[in-house]
Amino acid sequence: MAQIEEVSIEQYKHLVSERALTGETMLLNMGPQHPSTHGVLRLLLELDGEVIVNAIPDIGFLHTGVEKNMEAKTYQKAEVMCDRLDYMNTVGNNLSYCLAVEKLVDLDVPERAQAIRVVLTELQRIASHLVWVGTFGLDLAAMSMFLYAFRERELILDILELCSGQRMMTTYIRPGGLWRDVPVEFEAAVRNFIKIFPKRVDEYENLLTKNPIFLDRLLGIGKLTKETALSHGVTGPSLRASGVNWDLRKARPYSGYEQYDFNVPVRTEGDTYARYLVRIQEFRESLKIVEQALNKLPMGPVRSDNRKFVPPPRSEIGVSMESLIHHFKLWTEGFPAPKASIYSAVESPRGELGVYLEGDGGPKPYRVHWRTPSFDNLSVIPKIVKGHLVADLVGILASIDIVLGDIDR
Amino acid sequence: MSVLEPVVELVRGLGQTFRYLFDRPVTYQYPEQKREVRPRFRGRHVLKRYDNGLEKCIGCSLCAAACPADAIFVEASENTDEKRFSPGERYASTYEINMLRCIYCGFCEDACPTEAIVLGDNYELSFTDRRSAIYPKEMLLEPVPTVDMTTPRKVETGVYKRSVPEMKDPTD
Repeated sequence: MAQIEEVSIEQYKHLVSERALTGETMLLNMGPQHPSTHGVLRLLLELDGEVIVNAIPDIGFLHTGVEKNMEAKTYQKAEVMCDRLDYMNTVGNNLSYCLAVEKLVDLDVPERAQAIRVVLTELQRIASHLVWVGTFGLDLAAMSMFLYAFRERELILDILELCSGQRMMTTYIRPGGLWRDVPVEFEAAVRNFIKIFPKRVDEYENLLTKNPIFLDRLLGIGKLTKETALSHGVTGPSLRASGVNWDLRKARPYSGYEQYDFNVPVRTEGDTYARYLVRIQEFRESLKIVEQALNKLPMGPVRSDNRKFVPPPRSEIGVSMESLIHHFKLWTEGFPAPKASIYSAVESPRGELGVYLEGDGGPKPYRVHWRTPSFDNLSVIPKIVKGHLVADLVGILASIDIVLGDIDR
Repeated sequence: MSVLEPVVELVRGLGQTFRYLFDRPVTYQYPEQKREVRPRFRGRHVLKRYDNGLEKCIGCSLCAAACPADAIFVEASENTDEKRFSPGERYASTYEINMLRCIYCGFCEDACPTEAIVLGDNYELSFTDRRSAIYPKEMLLEPVPTVDMTTPRKVETGVYKRSVPEMKDPTD
């Protein structure tokens, strides 16, 4: 029988200020069911009138046990779990997981697969930022922005469906390469997107960037200093808006990012508006990468030829006994990984997305841990909302860009 | 910043939305109007047959082993030439997929050594209780091309020995 622990108010006194105990300030729950918390997040607010004295994030409402679940599956099968962590960045999660597995078992990835991975993760980054700019607008009462952003996101999801057959839970990137080669329509679809998207970003900017109401809500709100950001492990656009030029695509290139010419947008203001500008600029930079990667897309295989880790092509199964054995072995037992631990990280739309894998010599990971950007970025919220109004909290929370699936894993 | 600039910017934004008044809508009127799925779309599963009506599934349970969600249950039985379901020695006497557990990852399709299970185009699944979410073999199996091709059926002895066919790499 589980013991029910008695809790006393003494234990939780330190979370709030002295004034809350005398009833001078008010405690208010924002969430867990609140449209502006972008998921199932509970924020316990201590308010002095409309002014926030203290904000305590309470997480765990969306806990799905992804990390633990992955330990019960083979390396190959565990991949489907990582799609479901950060559902705005599924391709990026696949990439980070596959890079980790490839590093653990020392598996090669063909050039073509790497280039396609870059195209798709950058498209996914744009899609994620689109949802962000849409919901950000919506939170600040710019309804049209939401509709426009989702219209463009649909084009990207269509490209993902074209490649993988699924709009969101793609599992397209596999250890050792890709699931299949991209279909013939792929290039035309991406080129079409590259053609129309810059004009659409201009439209977003027409609507928002200099809109006086928008500016009034954002300028100087939720200032995140460089020091606070670094001490809380904030990464991604939120860090770059605070004046730190740190992007894993530049700092620790993976999947051939070093070949592409792009800028990392950095702002120094650190307020909500700066975070908005950084992300808008990233639209254009990501598009540059997509175009370059597409222009020099090499021909060749999209999967490693190492039959100990990658299932053989279908044409060999019916004719080669060895291939059939490999096929059955890989889909039932999976492949063993050495007794070692590795960490590999990629730049997700929200920041540093890292995966720590520990192998124990068997086909299942002994330990999987995700270093997810939303978790660390959320930890800075209590620091930056103090002294702002409740209405501003909505904007600040949106500007940090958290995905609750990414926090509770 | 001049006094007029905020007004100009507001009007610019309003003009942007106003222009869309004359644009065609991008939305679909579902369910009257449906969006066509892509060839690789992973929807409801279908158990395929050969052109001669025999079932492709040989009951090897590799799909069940590959399934990350443990949604598939397969039980195999022996074929005879008197009562033949599929080429080779065995066929699936029970084949069940729990559509509530299934995550449509397509691993079963990748794992199948005879291309028997394929994720089709149907995405409109609904159930009224948990039991009816478990699709049995009769619901999954493709209908026979003509009536005389039903399974099980009596066939010539010694013809259908090979259970894994020769296949091409998928291109779509």
